[in-house]
Amino acid sequence: MIANYGYKNGSGEYFITIDTEKCNGCAKCVEVCPYGVMAVGEDQNDPLSDQEVAFVTEQERKKIKYTCAPCKPNKDSIPPCIKICKMNAIAHSW
Amino acid sequence: MPDKPEFWRWTESRWTNPDIDWKGKVITAGVDVGSVSSQAVILANGKLYAYSNMRTGSDSPDSAMKAINWAMEKTGLKLNDIAYTVGTGYGRVNVPFSQRAITEIACHARGGNFMYGPSVRTILDMGGQDCKAIHCDERGKVTNFLMNDKCAAGTGRGMEVFADLLGVSINDVGDLSFDIDTEPQPVSSTCVVYAKTEATGLLREGWPKNKVLAAYCSAMAHRIMTLLERIGIEEDFAITGGIAKNKGVVKRLEKEVGIKIMETSKYDPQIAGAIGGALFAKALYDKGKRK
Repeated sequence: MIANYGYKNGSGEYFITIDTEKCNGCAKCVEVCPYGVMAVGEDQNDPLSDQEVAFVTEQERKKIKYTCAPCKPNKDSIPPCIKICKMNAIAHSW
Repeated sequence: MPDKPEFWRWTESRWTNPDIDWKGKVITAGVDVGSVSSQAVILANGKLYAYSNMRTGSDSPDSAMKAINWAMEKTGLKLNDIAYTVGTGYGRVNVPFSQRAITEIACHARGGNFMYGPSVRTILDMGGQDCKAIHCDERGKVTNFLMNDKCAAGTGRGMEVFADLLGVSINDVGDLSFDIDTEPQPVSSTCVVYAKTEATGLLREGWPKNKVLAAYCSAMAHRIMTLLERIGIEEDFAITGGIAKNKGVVKRLEKEVGIKIMETSKYDPQIAGAIGGALFAKALYDKGKRK
């Protein structure tokens, strides 16, 4: 599943995309995220599956533009969550 | 001062399947407590038995209770007869009689699959306060999703605001928006507040109501189009949620995406989430029994 967490508003599109087919639930992204944006747990959008996957926490989903800003000082910088993910399961849209 | 008529008030509905006798069957339920509307769906052995669709009040547990009670009305069913209940929607954790809460994304995919058949690949749920674009496989399992709940543009609430502004019943918006000479340019599609300001200006310029409605319906269609572009549209394409009943938006969106939108099924399109919940309830009940 391609899970897009985030929003689009008048200022732009802010989505963190997690490919749950690639995600192995290792939780390294959770460890490196300084702001508690990432979490690992049961797949809330696939209730019949027992696999644990990464997701963006409910309280951060609507403010990632701001919360993630320190990890993305410019357009080319790669935030730690993406850098640490060996499975290439995480992507940012902005 | 006389009461101001509430043009945004959409019609509530309930239905019981006359061909099913629930006695002796496994009863499961899905309750979708949304920001604007609440639905309860009851299944008997996995078949649709009854549903209700009503407005959400300020108290989520109370709205969930009212919805399920209305669905059970005159059927002889009691809360104790329901083997498993799943809560979904914005207020899913506030359904006191539910055994589990499941996200509306998962429930809409499953419910859309049930309502429109296994050929559905893209489901667009246009709810009261958010908009969800979901891709699913032939079993109704989510394969890709995107949700926008930070902005009122492209939501049912935006349409309610316009119905109230123009003094047109929300049920008539779709038809009236086609009663025009030429299709106008859309108003602002990025913000309901600005769209409303623009519309007030257009009325002052002498635009007829219907033309303003057309400009807003087309702005909403455009807004949703830009959201859909992010995940793409795979056929077959179906719409659920309250806006699915608004032809003014659906037809314009159809034109913009260039893909035929599936005809609304015989059920109320607002109950997709609750149907999905009830189907998950059945699956989880069966899973629990096997253990």
